[in-house]
Amino acid sequence: MVQTVVFAICAVASVAAGVAVFRVDSMARATLALLASFVFAAVTLLLLELSYLGILVVLMMVMEMMIMVVFMVMYMMNPAGLMPMTMVHNNRGALAISIGVFVALAAGILLLPWPTPGPPAPGDPTRDLAEAIMGSKMLVMMVIGMVLFATMVAATVLATDRGRYDRYGDDLRRREPDDPIRGGVGR
Amino acid sequence: MGESAQSMPLWGVVLLPVALLLLGYWAAAWSAVLTARAAGTPALGALAAPARESARLLVQQRRTVPGADPLLWRVGGAVVPVAAVLAVLVVPVAGRAAGDLSVGVVWFNAMEVLIWAAVWTVGWGANSVWGLVGAYRFLAQGLAYELPHMFALITAALGAGSLRVSDIAAAQGGLWFAVLMPVAFGVYLVSSLAMAYWGPFDQAVGRDLSGGAAAELSGVDRLVFCVGRYLMLAAAAAMAVPLFLGGGAGPLLPEWAWSVVKTAAVLALLVWLGHRLPTVRMDRFTEVGWVVLVPLTLLQALVVAIFVLVGW
Repeated sequence: MVQTVVFAICAVASVAAGVAVFRVDSMARATLALLASFVFAAVTLLLLELSYLGILVVLMMVMEMMIMVVFMVMYMMNPAGLMPMTMVHNNRGALAISIGVFVALAAGILLLPWPTPGPPAPGDPTRDLAEAIMGSKMLVMMVIGMVLFATMVAATVLATDRGRYDRYGDDLRRREPDDPIRGGVGR
Repeated sequence: MGESAQSMPLWGVVLLPVALLLLGYWAAAWSAVLTARAAGTPALGALAAPARESARLLVQQRRTVPGADPLLWRVGGAVVPVAAVLAVLVVPVAGRAAGDLSVGVVWFNAMEVLIWAAVWTVGWGANSVWGLVGAYRFLAQGLAYELPHMFALITAALGAGSLRVSDIAAAQGGLWFAVLMPVAFGVYLVSSLAMAYWGPFDQAVGRDLSGGAAAELSGVDRLVFCVGRYLMLAAAAAMAVPLFLGGGAGPLLPEWAWSVVKTAAVLALLVWLGHRLPTVRMDRFTEVGWVVLVPLTLLQALVVAIFVLVGW
């Protein structure tokens, strides 16, 4: 009973915060409304007794949204993003897509057979989750991790205009790299 | 949300924020004493300085700023002390925590990260250039310390084989984790200073930005923001005790007393460090964090992992 009430409150609040993202006229408010929406959604995971995942969603979403808001504000058309703005574009297209997605999902709920209750929840869902992810799929996870990391390094290398020859000289003999920002590790 | 059998009695849960406030006052008073000693004024009188300052801020009129975002501005400041109180819910006192979650370490870290949102919102909401620059600096600082901080937390959890904070405290029967994993302990203390935007990581609210993220705060808003900072520092010190200092273990005194004594000592050390060290520029510390601290904490985690595998 308590779970149902908490779920209902969080579901409504999550949708309301999601709506607020497109109603407010400030990038900061939009970002924090989106963050609130995700946090309410994370409570659903806690209700499923997936406490590790639920708290991790809160942790990651707060960090992610704060980094995102900086970039969003930075790239906005008006200085520092402090002027009123709108998150809504291409209203008709967006309306068509969202109604289509809603109909498809609602049809799925009504038409598909629901799973019957399986075995009872394990004693330590965190451990079970870790084994499910890290057990047989460990190789996949590691390969994907390396590919992602290589992509990030490659993207950074391609994006930066300064290579190692700029930093350490043509013969790479310069002892201290010539960086535009001094300081840090002993420079 | 697996609760352990031994959870804190209700009065303990009510007392927890009060205890945190007292610890926060201790931090503020010790900081005032250090300031007074450096200035050559009577140190004893400085013990009441935080109370005087609080009273002054309580009666001070709120400053208003044109074009501010009052909602975000006020909410952001209020989140700082709330996050600190939520963070200490998982800290066991005498073996009992208010909410001894099976993933307590992750919970603690998640509540800490709320500070990112809080400080950024405070800086942004004021519609002030100094506040905005301070807020951006704080996010850069977060990126610089968060990964080493996470690795330090995880290393302690790895040593105990559990994310539950009381398990981590209990796993240090023979030897404190501060001795077994000194690098993780050191990095934890450093990142604790950074997360509470305390010196030497106080650039986000530094004097060069006339207070940075807190530039336009006045009256009760400033009081809440500053109290929150001391509470956060106190929460970090309180968490260091079960993670690295053996929890309530110690001779003669009861367990809760040892927890308090150790927390107060760590807190005093943190405040003192903040006064002794010059402010670090974040563009410089980021490189130190990523080039030095991340590999160091990873190596520390590797060493602990090997120890765990061979069974200490």
